[in-house]
Amino acid sequence: MNLTLKIWRQKDSSAKGQMVDYKVTDISEHMSFLEMMDVLNEQLVGSGDDPVAFDHDCREGICGMCSMYINGEAHGPDRGVTTCQLHMRMFKDGDTITIEPFRAAAFPVIKDLVVDRTSFERIQQAGGYISVNTSGNTQDANAIPISKHDADEAMDAATCIGCGACVATCKNSSAMLFVGAKVSQYALLPQGQVEAADRVQNMVAQMDLEGFGNCTNTGACEIECPKGISLDNIARLNRELMKAAVK
Amino acid sequence: MGGFFKSSVGRKVAMALSAFFLMFFLLQHFAINILSVLNPDLFNEVSHFMGTNPLIQFALQPVLIFGVVFHFIMGFVLEIKNKKARNVAYVKNNGAANSTWMSRNMIYSGVAILAFIVLHFIDFWFPEINTKFIKGDWSGTIEGVEGFRYYEELTHKFVSPIRVGAYVLAFVFLALHLLHGFTSAFQSMGATAGRKKTLQNIGKAYSILIPLGFIFIALYHHFNH
Repeated sequence: MNLTLKIWRQKDSSAKGQMVDYKVTDISEHMSFLEMMDVLNEQLVGSGDDPVAFDHDCREGICGMCSMYINGEAHGPDRGVTTCQLHMRMFKDGDTITIEPFRAAAFPVIKDLVVDRTSFERIQQAGGYISVNTSGNTQDANAIPISKHDADEAMDAATCIGCGACVATCKNSSAMLFVGAKVSQYALLPQGQVEAADRVQNMVAQMDLEGFGNCTNTGACEIECPKGISLDNIARLNRELMKAAVK
Repeated sequence: MGGFFKSSVGRKVAMALSAFFLMFFLLQHFAINILSVLNPDLFNEVSHFMGTNPLIQFALQPVLIFGVVFHFIMGFVLEIKNKKARNVAYVKNNGAANSTWMSRNMIYSGVAILAFIVLHFIDFWFPEINTKFIKGDWSGTIEGVEGFRYYEELTHKFVSPIRVGAYVLAFVFLALHLLHGFTSAFQSMGATAGRKKTLQNIGKAYSILIPLGFIFIALYHHFNH
């Protein structure tokens, strides 16, 4: 298929960016979106132009690196996929595809489609962990009874890959689905109880400090999340913070 | 606790608490107003009780005014903060792919409701305050006219088709605001019940029937007087 691409080009973080039009031809519908971007970049390199910078790593939907806002949606029009898992069969021959970086004040553009998501790392560092004695006396996790329901919900929350699609798609650039998932995966397990109050307070404080917006419960994040992280995790985040406040 | 209400999560809890209070008030306001259609004498009696009872006038009324003002001011504060959180807008954004129009436009339906409240205060609340607190007349009557004045004042306001039109339009915006706000308030309070079918249906019924009821009252008095 032949496509017209409208891509955000920005030389560096301080430069003023703009949309630039490109044509790509003979794109196979079996290609992933990133492979289509590779074709474009080979074309650009061949003609001596600067290739389009975009984040990618594992290319199998688990690392959370690939981003891109494609035709007005985070990770494109398909559901439950990252950009690397998005196939070109989702588009038609002759389509014009708009490709932009994830937009949020807390995700500044580094170059073209690459954004700085280290604000997520700082939120994790603020409380997204448990303190465990690793001196050889660590209790075997399998020896601690956990209900199947709680274990399943904790696992579901832990599938968040921190890609930032929730922030990109939220009209308020809120990070509450991400923070809700990270708080939930520990809040549901016995190992997470010791630091529960500090964890939620510190992570929410860091989230606010980073300049993310306020959740207004539109539910867009849940729809666009490639891992299907449920909005229930935001409700749990709210409950955990309320619990910590009255403790 | 002070720190809690300064956090993003705390602010949405505060929005939800004020929303619950306002939704309860709306239900009570409707229950009294519908009496003007069903039983004008009873409407007069209840209106006089509400308008002169010291507990309602000096305790609940200030709480209500605080609730309304707080909900609007916090709504604007959050909107400004949210706009700042996305400093560069998308060239192409397909919001309809993942969220409802109502959820994305609460600020606009809210502003429409605020404009209506200003009109509503000019129509009813300011004259009441003037009569009771400035002129000191707590009788609920007009000299030379038999019975209480409330029903007459209400029906008189709905003579104007422009005012009735404005009221109808405002209640459409109220319905749109509630269609997202009702279940959203539960979610903000940490209750997943807001995402269950039962509560969603109760929310839809409340959000459509209450504004529709207010529209009916306005139209009923317009066409019957």
